Amino acid sequence: MTPGQRIRFIFKPLVFVACLLPFLWLGWNWYHDNLSANPIDDVTDTTGTWTLRFLMVTLAITPVRRISGWNRLLQFRRMIGLFAFFYGTLHLFTYLYLDQFFLWEEILADIPKRPFITVGFLSFVLMIPLAATSTDRIAKWMGGRLWNRLHKLVYITAIGGVIHYLWLVKADVQRPLIYGGILALLLGTRLWYVLKPFLVGRMRREGARSEVAGG
Amino acid sequence: MLIKRPSDIPSSEITPESLYRNRRTFLKSAALVTAGTAAAFALPRFAGPQDPPYKRPPAGPFNTDEDLTSYKDITTYNNFYEFGTDKDDPSENAGSLKPRPWKVRVDGEVHNAGLYDLDDLLKGITQEDRVYRLRCVEGWSMVIPWLGFPISALLKRFRPTSRAKYVEFTTLNDPQQMPGLSRPVLDWPYVEGLRMDEAMHPLAIFAVGLYGKQLPNQNGAPLRIVVPWKYGFKSCKSIVRIRLTEKEPVPTWVRAAPHEYGFYSNVNPDVDHPRWSQKFERRIGEFRKRRTQIFNGYGDQVAGLYSGMDLRKHF
Repeated sequence: MTPGQRIRFIFKPLVFVACLLPFLWLGWNWYHDNLSANPIDDVTDTTGTWTLRFLMVTLAITPVRRISGWNRLLQFRRMIGLFAFFYGTLHLFTYLYLDQFFLWEEILADIPKRPFITVGFLSFVLMIPLAATSTDRIAKWMGGRLWNRLHKLVYITAIGGVIHYLWLVKADVQRPLIYGGILALLLGTRLWYVLKPFLVGRMRREGARSEVAGG
Repeated sequence: MLIKRPSDIPSSEITPESLYRNRRTFLKSAALVTAGTAAAFALPRFAGPQDPPYKRPPAGPFNTDEDLTSYKDITTYNNFYEFGTDKDDPSENAGSLKPRPWKVRVDGEVHNAGLYDLDDLLKGITQEDRVYRLRCVEGWSMVIPWLGFPISALLKRFRPTSRAKYVEFTTLNDPQQMPGLSRPVLDWPYVEGLRMDEAMHPLAIFAVGLYGKQLPNQNGAPLRIVVPWKYGFKSCKSIVRIRLTEKEPVPTWVRAAPHEYGFYSNVNPDVDHPRWSQKFERRIGEFRKRRTQIFNGYGDQVAGLYSGMDLRKHF
């Protein structure tokens, strides 16, 4: 088997099943009444945290790839990104149905009134075009440059997701801040790669200038 | 890999159509499964044969006739940050609390200040069954059969001076017994307060038990208050100090976020928390949400305490 075939037929299916495990765990515990006294809140919390986690993993692929040289990691990014969208959809659905019972008037009134819901809703909406353009056919049609630009929206979704979490906790900000820290790291590495040519260029020029001046 | 041109995508990257179609079908069926299980769970979970045997008092001004929340839910779904901030932390970690021997310091504007042993304080007091609603500021509620007695019974014994306008309660603050204290989530110790007339109201009780049994540690053993017309955080747990004051005390949640939590914190569907609405609540055990009622449904008994007050300003 070629490495590419190994990935497609062995590793990707394994990762796919692994990504499903939180959903299956949740469903099993719900069915067996193993969740807390407030299971709807548990489902909301769990689907929300897994959305954030899958977003973080998606964003980690490029930095890890650059540092390790494992280019094949890229083949997993779409699947993991779509799972972030999957858990985000479940999370939104939990809010729309289990929290608000599809009372659209209440929901529309709620979204602007509760800032954490506004931010969460916007973050989810930004994921829709990303999921919709995730197939190869559409990426081809769009062209690589446009596709890449569009998919940078995931940065805003991830930042919005962390803010959403931070704005809904009562007093214990530890977990939202941990996600914030991880996100800052993941986005920071990208910033570093963008700035590096300018910084390195400047250092080289400084070095050349001091040589010329005899310093 | 930067996709510069569509032809840059190698054919090995293109998902086989079968897998691509399966993905979409899976997502659709996942949504259906979720909806189905959600509907299947529409059964209410209330008190039943699995709970401690308990003879309900007859319904009255101090006893609602609504379905009781199960003992399991009452004792495993708690906010008691001194034992951790997750809902299951208190039941898991409160084993280290020692409810006896227990001393309560009484000081401030009283004639009978002192350090009292709890059992001495409780001598001669008749415990009553009180079935109250409890509404958490987070938006969930329970119906709990407390065992307790009016706060006024003890306050009268302490003989408040004429300057006593407020009562301040303080929770135990012992890091040996309470592992959650190692994190400064709140400004420990936990402090709450009531206006004198609120504390003297017959609805406001000290509680020492629930379901006719001793209060479990995670529910605030061995002594707590229950003020059912206010948000649950005002019902201070594991009390070690009672101080009568002239000035309004500053409760811990007010200190933590003064624009979100007020001294009064009366249950009020018309006054939203800045970050979430208070119009609805989820009764633990129920599927659909309910409309929250002003003063948690105790308006007939307590509204008079606040006549003429702007409840939005004094939230």
